[in-house]
Amino acid sequence: MQKPPPAPPTILGRGNAEGAKLVRRWFEELDATARAGGPSAYVFVMGSFAEVLRCFDLPLVLPEINSIQTAVRHVAHEYLNEAEDYGFSPDICGYVKADVAVQLRRGEHPMGRIPRPALAVLTNACNTYVKWAEIWERMHKTRVFTLDIPGTRAADRKSPPGSSSFENDRRYVEGQIRELIALCEEITGKKFDIDRLRRHLGWSNEMNEAWARILELNRGKPSVFNALTDGTIYLGVSNALRATEEGARYFRELAEELALKRAQGIGTVTEEKYRLIFVGVPCYPIFRRFNELFTEWGGSFVCSTYLWFASGGANRGFRFDLDRPIESLAEGSLLSVRDAMDSMFLNDRVTEEMIEEFGIDGVVYHPIKSCRTVSTGLADGRRALMERKDVATLFLESDMMDRRVVSEAQMKNRADAFFEGLAARRQREAAAAGG
Amino acid sequence: MNVFDAWKGKPLDEAILECRELYEDASYPTVRRWREAGGKVLGHFQVYFPEELAHAAGLLPVKVRGATVDAMQAESRFGSYLCSILKTSLELAISKRLELDLFVSHPICDAARNLAAVFARNTSYPCQILYLPQNANSKHAATYLAGEYRRLLGDIEGVRGQKVTDEALRRSIKVFNRNRALLRELYELRRDAPWLVAADEAYVLTGLAGILPREEHNDLLQWILPELRTRPGRQQDRIRVVFEGGFCEQPPLDLIRMIGQSCYLVDDDLLIGLRWITSDVPAEGDPVAALAESYLERSSYSPVQHDLRKPKEKMLLERIRESRADAAILAAAKMCEPGLEEQVAYTRALDEHKVPYFVTEFQETMTSFDQLEIQLETFVENLLFA
Repeated sequence: MQKPPPAPPTILGRGNAEGAKLVRRWFEELDATARAGGPSAYVFVMGSFAEVLRCFDLPLVLPEINSIQTAVRHVAHEYLNEAEDYGFSPDICGYVKADVAVQLRRGEHPMGRIPRPALAVLTNACNTYVKWAEIWERMHKTRVFTLDIPGTRAADRKSPPGSSSFENDRRYVEGQIRELIALCEEITGKKFDIDRLRRHLGWSNEMNEAWARILELNRGKPSVFNALTDGTIYLGVSNALRATEEGARYFRELAEELALKRAQGIGTVTEEKYRLIFVGVPCYPIFRRFNELFTEWGGSFVCSTYLWFASGGANRGFRFDLDRPIESLAEGSLLSVRDAMDSMFLNDRVTEEMIEEFGIDGVVYHPIKSCRTVSTGLADGRRALMERKDVATLFLESDMMDRRVVSEAQMKNRADAFFEGLAARRQREAAAAGG
Repeated sequence: MNVFDAWKGKPLDEAILECRELYEDASYPTVRRWREAGGKVLGHFQVYFPEELAHAAGLLPVKVRGATVDAMQAESRFGSYLCSILKTSLELAISKRLELDLFVSHPICDAARNLAAVFARNTSYPCQILYLPQNANSKHAATYLAGEYRRLLGDIEGVRGQKVTDEALRRSIKVFNRNRALLRELYELRRDAPWLVAADEAYVLTGLAGILPREEHNDLLQWILPELRTRPGRQQDRIRVVFEGGFCEQPPLDLIRMIGQSCYLVDDDLLIGLRWITSDVPAEGDPVAALAESYLERSSYSPVQHDLRKPKEKMLLERIRESRADAAILAAAKMCEPGLEEQVAYTRALDEHKVPYFVTEFQETMTSFDQLEIQLETFVENLLFA
């Protein structure tokens, strides 16, 4: 088969450069809103309901991303200390504490000023979302709307669309979406326009479809993006620009870029020797260095549960039916957010599937102090996985925000030993195949 | 059948001693006896569970609330930075100290919502999540919850092997209404005459509801309440305090006893799930709908439920006012995210209302309280001699 012609130089690397630019611009817009004293809606990555909120021209603030920015810019400790001085325990979520400090600083943040929330919309995908929103409720008298999305009841009992259990959940979600719309009308004084909702859902459809396609492209060898580093940039755009025309364009082009890389056999900068899954939340205080602990040995993160759950389940590629937008938004949110929760609570099953689909050599678990939603089930998930699959695993505990519990030297020792084990395993397999 | 007769025919103090021994027995003898007689058991993790559903089906509902055991096997199933109750609850299951036929947990917090999956991977019986509504203010919440209860009831019927009638549910609601009324009486007695019932006594008497058939618990309370009211006792010059922070992981009984020796503990949120519903559930009409509606409309508060009508700090201030307390003990289990977060709101509200408070953390498995006792006594003395 003839190879396609080489790609124009502008396409390769476009996704990362453009993604960083878009996120910077989003923060600049938030800064402008804050300085003008405008309202905003605070939302979270696992079920933002951006499609609804954008119908009311509410700028979206994602406090999780704000907090990540403090960590990757190495100033998180200042924010954490400030929140702890205010009274918050060292043992609670670092994202929450960084945000508390942002609020106490009247929105001051390394990426610009963050506007105050007029409204906070949260799902129950993470219980700390609820506790977090209560802080804004108390500090700013923010209107809080918990959009409750029931999750999977048991691993082997996922209720399919059409079943009585699913329909009970779907009606509940739909009813709440209608209540959210009414609340947005009340807060903004704007009338809801269902055609606008259709447009935003249409852009989300494009983003969902592209997201699923992008994840799938990494099944081939070599991987076309690093799920930990590149993937986090994509995630930022996916959440910040969800349900926008610009977001849809970005993901269309990103899928195009990565498809081209796949067609031409172009991988990441790492010479891929070992294909790895990352399970958990990244170690943002040493984000690049953490990745290097693996790439130095030829380890490539080809997929992660993070790209599943922190995209709010966009990995399902759900397509909203624009002929019945609210009903379909309810169904899509239920399926997608439920999927995001499954990626955390049923991590052993999700990981087992990924091992087959992505041709995995090893699984790296990164449970963290800050996030019990993701971390609580990882040790047992790993144990269960290892009973079923002969796969190498590494379990590194640290944090996504708090550098006090990040021990780089210890991590490096563990990672080195992990790769030595992988190399020995490969030698044994080669010997067995040869003999 | 009766599973706990040891208190019968004994003087009050001896009967209470039997109750305490049973409550602290991590081998769950009452559950074992129930199973040996052929009964089925539904274990439900903290905080609230509609036990009437299990009771109507003939199952024994048992509150899974951790234990003061060494989590030898369960420890390796979890990482660091987690509360103790998760580990000891799983330890009870893995070690078969507590044998169940169905385990149900609730998404009360980030850690506990993982528990159903962890239990399912480590036990042979069905484990699932009951999704109590997190949007208590939606007008759709009660209808949704009734549907969710019916789904769960179907699973309970599967364990029991027979359908549950509405009439059986109404009978169970009456039994539990009686139990709730008796528990309210116990708490009223503590508020009105705390010298007649010590903090640890009231706690144990409440906690037995989680491991006894409710009819038996009703019998026990019906006998013991008049005994407590007429026991000799004299009011002492002690400050009256409310304990807040025991909605999930439980402080050790000795810690509660220690608090009770320093002050009068006149109200608390210990095992609040057993007292979640604050008045009678209607025993007429659709019983499942009545239970769902009561969860939302006739209920207490806790850090793991967000309800715009019940800001937690406002509810705490009401609890302090209604119990005529002088101060509050704001506790949180170690690594308990909702409890630790709520402490901040509580301290600020109490500062604003000039209510003295004592902040502390605990763990169910802690055994030494010397330091805490000195700190608490200093706090109490400061109030008494202020």
